[in-house]
Amino acid sequence: MSAGAATPIVRAMEWTGRAPTADAEPSSASGLDADSSEWLRGLRADGPLRDATIARLHALLLRAARFETNRRKATHPHLRGDLDDIAQEAADDALLAILDKLDDFRGLSRFTTWAYKFAVYQASVKVRRRAWQGREIPVEDDAWAMLATRSPSPGDAAEQSELLETIRAGIDEALTPHQRSVLVALALNEVPIDVLAERLQTTRGALYKTLHDARRKLRHYLAESGHAPGVPMEEVS
Amino acid sequence: MTHENETERAVARLLGPAGDEVSCETCFEELDRYVDLELAGADADAALPGLRAHLEGCPACREEHESLLSLAGSDAL
Repeated sequence: MSAGAATPIVRAMEWTGRAPTADAEPSSASGLDADSSEWLRGLRADGPLRDATIARLHALLLRAARFETNRRKATHPHLRGDLDDIAQEAADDALLAILDKLDDFRGLSRFTTWAYKFAVYQASVKVRRRAWQGREIPVEDDAWAMLATRSPSPGDAAEQSELLETIRAGIDEALTPHQRSVLVALALNEVPIDVLAERLQTTRGALYKTLHDARRKLRHYLAESGHAPGVPMEEVS
Repeated sequence: MTHENETERAVARLLGPAGDEVSCETCFEELDRYVDLELAGADADAALPGLRAHLEGCPACREEHESLLSLAGSDAL
C-alpha cells in the first residue's frame, strides 16, 4: 500500500481493499475465546445441538434488534406504534446472514460482537426506511433556503456567508449532476443514506462513494478558491 | 443549538472528514473488531486507520457503531 502524497492511503484501501491489520487483537483466528468457540461448535453441529444454538443465537439477535429499534425510536418521534415487527424481521434476517457468512468469521472479535452487528445493521436500516415511508426526498432549493436563514452571529456573518456562497458555487460548478443531488440529499437535507439508496435502487456503499468523491471535489474547489476546507475563514492565511 | 452551530454542522456534513477513510463495506466488515479493540482499551484507530474518519463522515455507520459499542459493552470482555 502506498502512503505517498500523490496516492493517499485512502485510495489504496478505501473502496476495494481491507484496512490494514494490527498486532494488538482481543483474539485471533487460531485462538478463539471459549465462548466464541462454543458458538461455532454449536452452529456447525448437527441435530439438537445445532437447533438449540440457533435458537439461542436468534434470542441474542432479537435482543440486539430490540435495543436498536428502541434507540432509534427516540430519535424518530413521529414513528408511532410498536416497532417489534421490525425487530423480529431484523433478527430473522440477521440470523440468515450469519449462517450464510459463518465461515467469514475470522475470530478477530468476540462472536457475539460479530453477530450483534448484523442485527444492529438490519434493524437500523429498517427503522430508517420506516421513518421515511411515504415521505418525499426534499428538493435542493428547500435546503439552500433553510441554510440561508440560519444566520450566523453578526461577527461571523460575512465570513460564513462567503464560505457558504463558495460552497454553493463549488456544488454548482465542480460536481456532476448525480454527485450534486447525492451530496445535497445526504449532507444538506440529511436524508438517511439507506433511504436514498432504496429510492435510487443502489447500495449504501455506492452512494457513499459518490458522496466521498463529491466532498473531495468540493474541498479541492474551496482550496483553489483560497479557502481552507473546514477551517474558519479567520484562520485561513 | 445555535444557528451558528447548525451552519457549521451543515458545512462539516458537506465537506466530510479531512482524513483518509475506509468505505461503508470495509467499515461493516471491521466494525466488530474495532469495537472490541475499543472495549479492550487497545488503540483501535491505529489498528484500523481510516475507520474513525469514516464514522465521522457517515451518519448511518456512526449510529451503528454507537449501538454496537453499547451492546458489546454490556457483555464483559
